[in-house]
Amino acid sequence: MKRVYVNEKWCLGCHLCEYYCAFAGTNETDMARALKATIKINPKIKIEEKDGVSFAVSCRHCKEPLCVKGCITGALTISADGVITINHDRCVSCFTCILSCPYGAVSPSEDGAVQKCELCVKTAKGQPACVSGCPNGAIVFEERG
Amino acid sequence: MAINFLYPDYEVARNCDRCIVCRACERQCANEVHEYVDTLNKMVCDDAKCVNCHRCVSLCPTRALKIVKSGNTYKENMNWSGKTINEVYRQAGSGGVLLSSMGNPEEYPIYFDKILLNASQVTNPSIDPLREPMETTVFLGAKPHNIERGEDGRIKNNLPPQLKLSMPVMFSAMSYGSISYNAHESLARAAEELGILYNTGEGGLHEDFYRYGKNTVVQVASGRFGVHPQYLNSGAAVEIKMGQGAKPGIGGHLPGAKIVGDISRTRMIPEGSDAISPAPHHDIYSIEDLRQLVYSLKEATDYKKPVIVKIAAVHNVAAIASGIARSGADIISIDGFRGGTGAAPTRIRDNVGIPIELALASVDSRLREEGIRDDVSIIVGGSIRSSADIVRAVALGADCVYVATSALLALGCHLCRSCHAGKCNWGIATQSPELVKRLNPDIGYKRLVNLMTAWQHEIKEMMGGMGINSIESLKGNRLMLRGVGLNEKELSILGIKHAGE
Repeated sequence: MKRVYVNEKWCLGCHLCEYYCAFAGTNETDMARALKATIKINPKIKIEEKDGVSFAVSCRHCKEPLCVKGCITGALTISADGVITINHDRCVSCFTCILSCPYGAVSPSEDGAVQKCELCVKTAKGQPACVSGCPNGAIVFEERG
Repeated sequence: MAINFLYPDYEVARNCDRCIVCRACERQCANEVHEYVDTLNKMVCDDAKCVNCHRCVSLCPTRALKIVKSGNTYKENMNWSGKTINEVYRQAGSGGVLLSSMGNPEEYPIYFDKILLNASQVTNPSIDPLREPMETTVFLGAKPHNIERGEDGRIKNNLPPQLKLSMPVMFSAMSYGSISYNAHESLARAAEELGILYNTGEGGLHEDFYRYGKNTVVQVASGRFGVHPQYLNSGAAVEIKMGQGAKPGIGGHLPGAKIVGDISRTRMIPEGSDAISPAPHHDIYSIEDLRQLVYSLKEATDYKKPVIVKIAAVHNVAAIASGIARSGADIISIDGFRGGTGAAPTRIRDNVGIPIELALASVDSRLREEGIRDDVSIIVGGSIRSSADIVRAVALGADCVYVATSALLALGCHLCRSCHAGKCNWGIATQSPELVKRLNPDIGYKRLVNLMTAWQHEIKEMMGGMGINSIESLKGNRLMLRGVGLNEKELSILGIKHAGE
């Protein structure tokens, strides 16, 4: 399946992927209107940076996902095409998934349930916004073996 | 504290209704113009540091930023412009020579803009390049005067080495050092894909780029940096740089601070030492001396590669070109006074040299008059801004053009003319690793390929309109040109008629 991959060689640490991610989650058409009132965004992709090295981290959509295995309510599921999605109605915020994800790619959301990258399948654009928003081609959405 | 006489040239205009405080502007500005104030949750900026490179403007995701001309003004004076006054203030403060980058921005005539192209109507039908074949391939190099036959009566191949280009364009010389590794990689990969050539400039050739050799012109300049037999033989042609349009009569100086790591290795000089290119080649004081270097390089490359001699367009360019044509050079490249640079003294850049259009026309005419035009090909550079400029240059007599500023624009350059500061926010004219990585060659080379492909389409359209289906038929075809608003002298130098004639 196509996944989001990052290449730290080209990551500039501009954090724009985080903002495009947060924007995509709002399903608004104008970024300024969507995020103007937000003092601190809570994106599903996050930049890790230290000593001049930076890269974006989001859900790897593991073939054997520990978050799905650990989910006690079946809120996290892996679809037939491999995308791991969260059903907000079923999540009871036990945060087992947050503890079990080795990449730190699952995080609490404002509405109580957990949130994670769902490859923008539920957003208006349907394509990962971090990829199209990256100014330097450091985040790609592609098929790899 | 001393009085600061200089008011910022630009102001950063931020639309606070659209700013979402993502801080991308702050993170992307190497000049540290933008700053986040957490107590206010607001961005502030220091206009005085802004060089107007548009990095923040281009990356702002909500289009909350623009750069505007500062409204501050001196008392109006047609003789003492604000710019002139500021330059005096700057020099009174620093005691130094003013430095500038990129091409001459001053208000001199742009002859290309005063030359119009012809098109066919009724009689000689125009050609649709989408339906009919259209040839833009050119060959550069000396052409034989006669057909020679061997004893068996068969034609002998007496053709000197040639460069084959898919279109009459090459990327002109920009050294590794003046521009970044990623900029060089973008140019090399684009040249390979397009079937044209790029030029190493005078900084030698990075070992990673030897594999693009057949699309490379290797340059030998007065500093002889990075020149060795393998270097000379790795390229498709060797260029002797006698002069540069942006700074005729002046050498180069890459500060020791930039001579680090790969650049020191590629230039073959110690880390931290200044790379000084002398104004003249210290072994060339005459055409005869030049001939010696031309033939030394031909010997070194086994007479398999054309030798280009590059000069700046100066007052007696036609006589100089005539000498070069007799020196054994295969190709003459002429760089006009609007050509770019990574750093030049402002007074030189803005006041020395002549327009490339006039230089080209007079060189082409002179070589024709002397019957030696076929001994050399002519490449012209120094602000070729569009495909229309290429068509005009070819019709004025050029075999090919050199482009660099347009190529840098394709890579993201916004002509802020601050290359000499070494803090290029677009990752082009810098060696700082965190800035160099901003230019991803995968994106850069594609944009160069796009630009040149677009220009090639346009060249074909314009040629088709004139009823010409091969660029060779356009070469020196000055009847396809007409001047507008030019005086008799200008028309006679350009060798064209006025519109309506």
